[in-house]
Amino acid sequence: MTRDALYAEILAALSEIAPEADVASLRGDLPLRDQLDLDSMDFLNFLVAVHQRTAVEIPESDYGRLATLDALVAYVGARAAKDRAQE
Amino acid sequence: MPSLGADMDRGKILEWRKRPGDEIARGEIVVLVDTDKAEIEVESFVAGVLESILVAVGETVPVGTPIARIRTAERAARAGPPARTELPAGPEPATRAAEPAKPPPPLAPTAPRPRPSPGRPHATPLARRVAEELGVDLGGVSGTGPDGAITREDVQAAAAKGRATPSGPVAPAGAPPARDRAATMRSAIAAAMERSNREIPHYFLETRISLGPALAWLATLNAARPIAERVLPAALFVKAVAVAARAVPELNGFWRDGAFVPADTVHVGLIVSLRQGGLLAPALRDTAEKTVPQLMSELRDVVARARAGKLRSSEVSGATISLTNLGDQGAERVFGVIMPPQVGLVGFGRVREEPLASGGLLGVGPVVDATLTGDHRASDGHVGGRFLAALARALAAPEHL
Amino acid sequence: MTPERVKLSFREAFRLGLRDALLRDERVFLMGEDVGRYGGSYAVSHGLLAEFGPERIRDTPLSESAFVGAGIGAALGGLRPIVEIMTVNFSLLALDQILNSAATLSHMSGGQLHVPLVIRMATGAGRQLAAQHSHSLEGWYAHIPGLRVVAPATLEDARGMLASALADPDPVLIFEHARLYPIEGELAGDAGAVPLGGAALRRTGRDVSLIAYGGTLDRALEAAALLAAEGIEAEVLDLRSLRPLDEVAILATVARTHRVVIADEGWRSGSLSAEVAARIAEHALGELDGPIRRVCSAEVPIPYPKHLEDAALPQSARIAAAARELVGRRG
Repeated sequence: MTRDALYAEILAALSEIAPEADVASLRGDLPLRDQLDLDSMDFLNFLVAVHQRTAVEIPESDYGRLATLDALVAYVGARAAKDRAQE
Repeated sequence: MPSLGADMDRGKILEWRKRPGDEIARGEIVVLVDTDKAEIEVESFVAGVLESILVAVGETVPVGTPIARIRTAERAARAGPPARTELPAGPEPATRAAEPAKPPPPLAPTAPRPRPSPGRPHATPLARRVAEELGVDLGGVSGTGPDGAITREDVQAAAAKGRATPSGPVAPAGAPPARDRAATMRSAIAAAMERSNREIPHYFLETRISLGPALAWLATLNAARPIAERVLPAALFVKAVAVAARAVPELNGFWRDGAFVPADTVHVGLIVSLRQGGLLAPALRDTAEKTVPQLMSELRDVVARARAGKLRSSEVSGATISLTNLGDQGAERVFGVIMPPQVGLVGFGRVREEPLASGGLLGVGPVVDATLTGDHRASDGHVGGRFLAALARALAAPEHL
Repeated sequence: MTPERVKLSFREAFRLGLRDALLRDERVFLMGEDVGRYGGSYAVSHGLLAEFGPERIRDTPLSESAFVGAGIGAALGGLRPIVEIMTVNFSLLALDQILNSAATLSHMSGGQLHVPLVIRMATGAGRQLAAQHSHSLEGWYAHIPGLRVVAPATLEDARGMLASALADPDPVLIFEHARLYPIEGELAGDAGAVPLGGAALRRTGRDVSLIAYGGTLDRALEAAALLAAEGIEAEVLDLRSLRPLDEVAILATVARTHRVVIADEGWRSGSLSAEVAARIAEHALGELDGPIRRVCSAEVPIPYPKHLEDAALPQSARIAAAARELVGRRG
């Protein structure tokens, strides 16, 4: 999956959780939870949706690294590449 | 029969001085009456024609009884024949038909009643308030009150018939426009908050709970689980509240008709904040019977559906105690308002690292401020204190939750 | 040894209150038409002239404006006068004194002057005294800032309100419903002063509130008994103080029963019942499960013939009917 396609999938996952959000206007380099009202339940549901769309597992210990969209996309992209490499 | 003396209460007709059909001038004597004290000639105060005599000579009647009917020039004909008449029926209708038809003047002018605006059901203020609290649509309720108004009883009867969602804010059935739904929800919440503040004498207790063991346990649990099955601290809190509610049943139940009615099982109500403002309070049923992972899964499902406006009406009712968890939003501790008819509400603030005493040494660990808002009619601070102690105990031994 | 409970009439209770006041404070004196030699037109001050003498029990000429004015002067001068105006009907002749002097001197003098005057007046209808002698104008007086207006409707209040009224540094009007004078009942032997303020629940109930004062209290209690026989439990609130009104008690009873009938012997238009209704609508609208109902005198000068007078006054049957209709039972 290309980075842009991944980005689109992640934004789609976000729209499921926060349907009123104008996801296109979100900044990738700022913490997501500063731009959108997401509590821990929302965030978890968001990550679950990302997992469902990308098949990438995200251990709990890594949550802290996923504050921004850019970071999340990079993480998922790297994981996806690694997973494919291991198949 | 006129009152012809301060203590006269009846009079006897002695003699009629006029006959039906006679013209009577104002002031003319019409009848002779015996009042037990004297014989008094009674005059007419109106001019007209003596239409009928209603009480015969020799009869005694109470003061105030009609004794004769005089038709004055201005009076219109009556709709029907007089109750007692000695006149033959024949000539009467003809005479009446010749009278000018003019309605008798009303005795007291009545102001025209404003018509209720169309589309606005005629309900008493109390009925409206209760309808809002119970989520009853007034349009479907028939009224038994004065002027056909819908009363509180009518609303309660409609709610009991299952046509509406009982206690708690409205769970929207379909998908009404977001703005309307938000406005309705806002006013339902306002009504519930007002009612709570008005009816319930609240008391507040707080305690700081060390979450080191609980979070460590959770981390171990989650490390072995796929993301879709991971458990958040919120699920621990929910289970802990259920366990504490079982240990201290005085906080698990309802205030009804001036008394506390304990519930026989624990359904923890979860106060869910909605993305664009507003709250819903779905209940997790049989909370104490379920495992933490089970509760987590229900929690995720119910929060997601609550935020999407897709709750079932059965889910918004039945909570026996409620939980509000605003921790993520930054509040260190939260004192909530009880949702009647419940008698308790537990609040959890933000989980944060704080210095704490541990084994005689100063350390740093995760803590959370848990608060209890209690209904002082149903319990007092001592009971509330026991509840918070039970809560802390439950969270100190998460493996038993 | 004082007996536990004494049987006495309202007239006697008022008299005991007067006598107590005269004994307790030598500044207190009673003045009015026929209060001395005649013993009071309703016999309330019977025997007091003999006991206290003509300086303390003063017969006045037939001039309400003059003797109410004299009472105001005496109060300003440091005495504690009880002015008896034979009935509220005649008080109209002293209205300027009551409103523009007694009620207003404290305000106009910036608080330098107080008028510790008590005016007692008989009021009400029911004895065929006809149009000019049957008024219930308590509502008019309750309209005026600077006055306290009270309506004792129980033996305790008849006995005990006077002492508290005399202790008040500002004018107090006590309305005694003439129909109550001969009515007898029981009173504690050591009954004493009672507070002027505060309404009192004379009967508790859940279904409807009956708010009454003075001459309508016993009618409201009769109505409550009629309703109880039909399974409707009425709560009866005796206002006691008409100015100031005990708003808290009024709103509390409405919050309990959600239905209210106000019984007032004044005419409904602009009456005290209208004020009570306005307060309920202003502060407890959401509690009402039906319209506010008022049972007042018919809007006519009070008739002379007994059957018409009876029909014009707020009788217990009418009060019960209004309550019944609110609760939802017809007939």
